[in-house]
Amino acid sequence: MNSSVIIVNSIRWFILLFVQIFLLKNMGFYDLSTPFIYVLFLLLLPFGIPNILLYLLAFGTGLTLDTFYDTMGVHATACVVLAFVRISFISISLNKDAIDDPEPSLSYMGFQWFALYAFLCVITHHLVLFFLETFRLTEIGYTLMRCGLSCIFTLLIILLVEFIFYKRTHR
Amino acid sequence: MENGINPFSISHHTSSIYHLLLDMRNLWIFISRYNAFFLFIIFFLIGVYLTIKNNSYQRSVTLNSTNEVVGNAYSRLNVFKSYINLGMVNDSLAAENAKLKTTLLGLTTIDSAKDVKVIDTTTNQQYTYLAAKVVKNSITLRNNVMTINKGTLSGLETGMAVISPQRGVVGFIRDVSEHFATIQSLLHKDTKISVIIKKNNALGSLVWGENNFDIRKAFIKEVPNHIKMSVGDTVVTSGFGKFPAGILVGRLSKTNVATNDNFLSAELNLFNDFSTLQYVYVIKNKLAKEQDLLENPVKVK
Repeated sequence: MNSSVIIVNSIRWFILLFVQIFLLKNMGFYDLSTPFIYVLFLLLLPFGIPNILLYLLAFGTGLTLDTFYDTMGVHATACVVLAFVRISFISISLNKDAIDDPEPSLSYMGFQWFALYAFLCVITHHLVLFFLETFRLTEIGYTLMRCGLSCIFTLLIILLVEFIFYKRTHR
Repeated sequence: MENGINPFSISHHTSSIYHLLLDMRNLWIFISRYNAFFLFIIFFLIGVYLTIKNNSYQRSVTLNSTNEVVGNAYSRLNVFKSYINLGMVNDSLAAENAKLKTTLLGLTTIDSAKDVKVIDTTTNQQYTYLAAKVVKNSITLRNNVMTINKGTLSGLETGMAVISPQRGVVGFIRDVSEHFATIQSLLHKDTKISVIIKKNNALGSLVWGENNFDIRKAFIKEVPNHIKMSVGDTVVTSGFGKFPAGILVGRLSKTNVATNDNFLSAELNLFNDFSTLQYVYVIKNKLAKEQDLLENPVKVK
């Protein structure tokens, strides 16, 4: 892991959290759909990252979000779940020894794989997030609707960003 | 071997430690192989802990549901415990019940009746009526005695007249204690009450139980022979005895009952129903002592 990867990810972290906290925090459609674009940072961390570092980064990112959202622990937990899904999905779908791509982005992995990867990660993250936020099962219909709509919103923005920063590779 | 110390020899004790270390190494391999899962568990628990600890709503929900679970467990335990303790609880409840019933009795039988003063303007005698509750009544015996809940503390004395609150005579006070008094009722062989037939003021003596023991009927005896009695005549007290004059006693139902003396007798229906008697009035005669002293100067001394 060279220093350029660290710098790129750091910049990405700052930009994504800045956008999330100062722009998307104030956005939403009737309190039903809120995008959480910052998970893209966790999605795009390089393949070679150790699990412990991934969990620490996920937890730290979540805590940072929590401090701004005043929901101490909710985003952190959701990010940890996302990290677990990410590790599981990568280990299931890819042969770990044969990975030669630096990071799981749309440019390297192709639309089909990346869309499934992003969808699974985002939906588990949102499920944990909204259920921890509601913390009861009596409004399960409303919670699931919020979760689904936010998931669509987030995925749309993630794919949009990925297509904007699409780098043409050998694939 | 020459030194006596061989650092590479594996003694009995070290081999068991070696196996332990091997086991721990296997465990470590297992953990590190699935490190993603274990790390996930650790971080997830930390996150949930932070969520519950720092968000008041989530904390309250968690605490409430935990309390509910704990409370349910305790309530189940309590069912069992209370079943074991049923006998003891039963005893204590019975004791408490008895105590409460006693209190209730005290509340329902509070006697707020007080002396009522009646000024008799015709004779200028002052009578005092004192209400008392009948606490024991008997009507089935030859000589019936009832008990009331007033005694010497209320100023009762032996010989005072007792009447029914509706109408009719009851009897005389016989024995008095501090809080109770017994009444020798009309239904007694020694009770004789001086009465008159209201129509013609013919004097007679009211007795009960000569030939019949019907509590609704009594006899008027010793009426002079020349008096004409007819069925339906009203009988009132004469005022010559302990009773004030004019208290209603009953109505003649059968005249000229044959007796073996030289006086007339008649049967009368009593106004007073002794079987349903709840309250009575004790009549205090303020001038009784003076009269008694005048009539029997030697006896009273």
